[in-house]
Amino acid sequence: MNTKQTLVVIGNGMVGQHFLTKLVESAAKDHFHIVTFCEEPRAAYDRVHLSEYFTGKSAEDLSLVSADFFAEHGIEIHLGDKAATIDRQQKQVTSAKGVVIRYDKLVLATGSYPFVPPVPGHERAQCLVYRTIEDLEAIKAAAENSKIGTVVGGGLLGLEAAKALTDLGLETHVVEFAPRLMAVQLDDGGGAMLRHKIQALGVKVHLNKNTSLIDDGEQCLHKMNFADGEVLETDLILFSAGIRPRDDIARACGLEIGPRGGIVIDNQCKTSDPHIYAIGECALWNGQIFGLVAPGYTMARTVAADLSGTEASFTGADMSTKLKLMGVDVASIGDAHARTQGAMVYTYQNGSREIYKRLVVSQDKKQLLGAVLVGEASGYSTLLQYCLNGIELPENPDALILPQRSDESVGLGPDALPASAQICSCHDVSKGQICGAIEAGCTTIGQLKSATKAASGCGGCAPLLKSVLDCELIKLGVEVSTDICEHFPHTRQDLYNLIMVEQIKTFDDLLDKHGRGLGCEVCKQAVGSILASYWNDYILEKPHIGLQDTNDTYLANMQKDGTYSVVPRVTGGEITPDGLIALGQVAKKYGLYTKITGGQRVDLFGARVEQLPLIWNELIEAGFESGHAYGKSLRTVKSCVGSTWCRFGIDDSVGLAIELENRYKGLRAPHKIKFAVSGCTRECAEAQGKDIGVIATENGWNLYVCGNGGMKPRHADLFATNLDKATLIKYIDRVLIFYVRTAARLQRTSVWMENMEGGLDYLKAVILEDRLGLADELEQQMQHVIDTYQCEWKTTLQDEQKLKRFRHFVNSDQADDNVVFVEERGQVRPANVEERKHFKLIEEAA
Amino acid sequence: MSKWIDVCHIDDLQPDSGVCALVEGRQIAIFYLPRLNAVYAIGNFDPFSEANVLSRGMVGDLGGQLMLASPMYKQHFNLQTGICFEDAAISVPAYPARIDNDRVAIRMSE
Repeated sequence: MNTKQTLVVIGNGMVGQHFLTKLVESAAKDHFHIVTFCEEPRAAYDRVHLSEYFTGKSAEDLSLVSADFFAEHGIEIHLGDKAATIDRQQKQVTSAKGVVIRYDKLVLATGSYPFVPPVPGHERAQCLVYRTIEDLEAIKAAAENSKIGTVVGGGLLGLEAAKALTDLGLETHVVEFAPRLMAVQLDDGGGAMLRHKIQALGVKVHLNKNTSLIDDGEQCLHKMNFADGEVLETDLILFSAGIRPRDDIARACGLEIGPRGGIVIDNQCKTSDPHIYAIGECALWNGQIFGLVAPGYTMARTVAADLSGTEASFTGADMSTKLKLMGVDVASIGDAHARTQGAMVYTYQNGSREIYKRLVVSQDKKQLLGAVLVGEASGYSTLLQYCLNGIELPENPDALILPQRSDESVGLGPDALPASAQICSCHDVSKGQICGAIEAGCTTIGQLKSATKAASGCGGCAPLLKSVLDCELIKLGVEVSTDICEHFPHTRQDLYNLIMVEQIKTFDDLLDKHGRGLGCEVCKQAVGSILASYWNDYILEKPHIGLQDTNDTYLANMQKDGTYSVVPRVTGGEITPDGLIALGQVAKKYGLYTKITGGQRVDLFGARVEQLPLIWNELIEAGFESGHAYGKSLRTVKSCVGSTWCRFGIDDSVGLAIELENRYKGLRAPHKIKFAVSGCTRECAEAQGKDIGVIATENGWNLYVCGNGGMKPRHADLFATNLDKATLIKYIDRVLIFYVRTAARLQRTSVWMENMEGGLDYLKAVILEDRLGLADELEQQMQHVIDTYQCEWKTTLQDEQKLKRFRHFVNSDQADDNVVFVEERGQVRPANVEERKHFKLIEEAA
Repeated sequence: MSKWIDVCHIDDLQPDSGVCALVEGRQIAIFYLPRLNAVYAIGNFDPFSEANVLSRGMVGDLGGQLMLASPMYKQHFNLQTGICFEDAAISVPAYPARIDNDRVAIRMSE
């Protein structure tokens, strides 16, 4: 016996589909046989991100419905068939194709249509609208033979449409009737900033323009004639002058319609016929049409609840919005126009960074009423929470829009939000629901999205969602996976062993055998380092190029402005006067800033990529070689002057330092390695603060290991005493390779030691007593690295192919014009933001 | 007009890595992923460091989305949309790119 009632849904747009999704999740699903009509040839898709269709997304990518959704839930869908009439007497719907369905309940989700102003000529060819994928296809076709495109309407949708036209490569104009862009959401200041930014992107904006006639153009297909006598020639016109509710089918069957259109609904979204609901942009609630997707979703949820007998009501919606228009962040919250009685306004305008922010607060400065953000909208989530939850504002509300000059955060931490605070407005997900999902095991944004749907609508709440997630995970003390990253279910040590045992020589091979996906900067660098430690191939060989961080790629150290610093090797800190002169001459010739490093060498800053080979040609000519300051590898062996000159010196620390540096130079490791050798216990070289430290005694050398300066200083451990040089070197060989094999990614020797089970005694057993029987192997591996050493700069300079990489542009000899230096204390340094602005002004004036 | 602009030969690209091209006065970072036999193009300007360096970052994928890690402060950008993974409110321009007859072209407005 079939006791199910029939529910008919007219329209399968975003809101119609959201309703179906909510309904099949609800108790009502067992009571209804569901039938839906979809006029378009495809089921619901994401209209909010429609312009992405022009930047590579397919109709499939935009789809909001999985292929088997309708079948899975037994929903009868009539694709490409429009519901034509409703007979309320007979309670049946008849479609354009003649399908007749009797209903018990009917939901109208017919949406809206783009309003086309009745300008004479609006029906000419290539006068189009922007709403459906079919519209986009028509626009694409028309763009093929167009040079200039014009959007009529400078609102939110009009600017989206303008982006689509620029993506299609057209010279784009926006014609707006009002005196500013996004007149509904923005105030004059925000509108002006938006206009400025959009014009800078090449879109021409015409305000206060009333189109009176469209007729034949002379250079283009059309000529638009404006009421003020001006004209604009264009090949393609897109009307985006607002939306109108699609209420014709409701009107025809006698449902109550608003004076300016829209199907009148009550708080349960019921129309004047209690068996018929209306949701989304076709519905008129309290004299208002809601042209955003979030309120439509709320209506959909209300009806789904009502049909399952749960109490729910739609009582209006927050129309705050945040979006990115042509790459420009724009947000509007609440009473952006300060229409509330007694409202006070704060504004912040930054001309150089092109940011405009406006806060509207209550008379007592305690409540946030509204806000406008243009050019920078990262504060949107915080401001929206203040506004919606009535959270009391800080003493100086303007702190919320002023740039943060210190570390002090003025944002609302996720902890400050009540559990009832709505995080995702598209899907109405509260902080409490998110915390619940985290407690139930979600640990990533991806999992939270699927569990709660939060951030899966417009995505605007994603940063806030992330901060809630992070905050909750910390509270729960979630254990961190030891996998190196999502691409390999292994630790660095596992990967090292796999490479060694299976003799793997490339990242691609390792990925094919043991990983998934394409890799990321974490696993690529780690594997690049392991391959370099184990095989010691030239790191810029083709299979290895993509594994190197920029410093390794350019064999130099990237600085804050994108230039590089160059550090030639100065073994043991010993340098001849000619060497010093050569460094000085190179620095002078290329205008480099010079500074002495902590590792007893000279750093030359401010080299552009295209200068690096020229600089290195001269350095190598003068007898220098790469200092590997760019690598996770041996850096320097610092030394005091030792017994050669020092009155107190016991042994030749400089001689040993040079020998050690030459032995281990180029060794790649999980992190950088620093050595020092002191000629007596006065320890002028500070060897006990180094990864490997050696101090001369009357009876030989004392070896210290795993020290560190830096962020967390650690005194090195005394490892072996009174060693002759051969034994000393043997032990260092073994310690270094054992570290290379067993340390975690980016783990310095100090942390490696602290985390080692068995600690110092274990390391001594492995290295000094050879408890693992590895000693020979460790020494042999070190010998291989030593035998295969090459100065990476010398190799690079000999290879024309590799040198091609050292230019800023692959297709031009120009330099990066964003690199600007100023002088300070007789040398160059990167210009700061203020100085850069000044420089640009001079340049533009010239 | 929608316009494909010839930029360079495929041999000028770096496998699994990037180069920067000057196209119509704009700095474009172009990445070549041989595993996918595809090229991707985004703006070269890193909004976090305000330096023209993105072409020198490392590529790969995160959660199934193609990404570039900025060489400066390591934020990730979607190679196809330009949107920053860490802050969806921030993005760099993304341009359609293709390999045709061993030539690399990108599409941008005139």
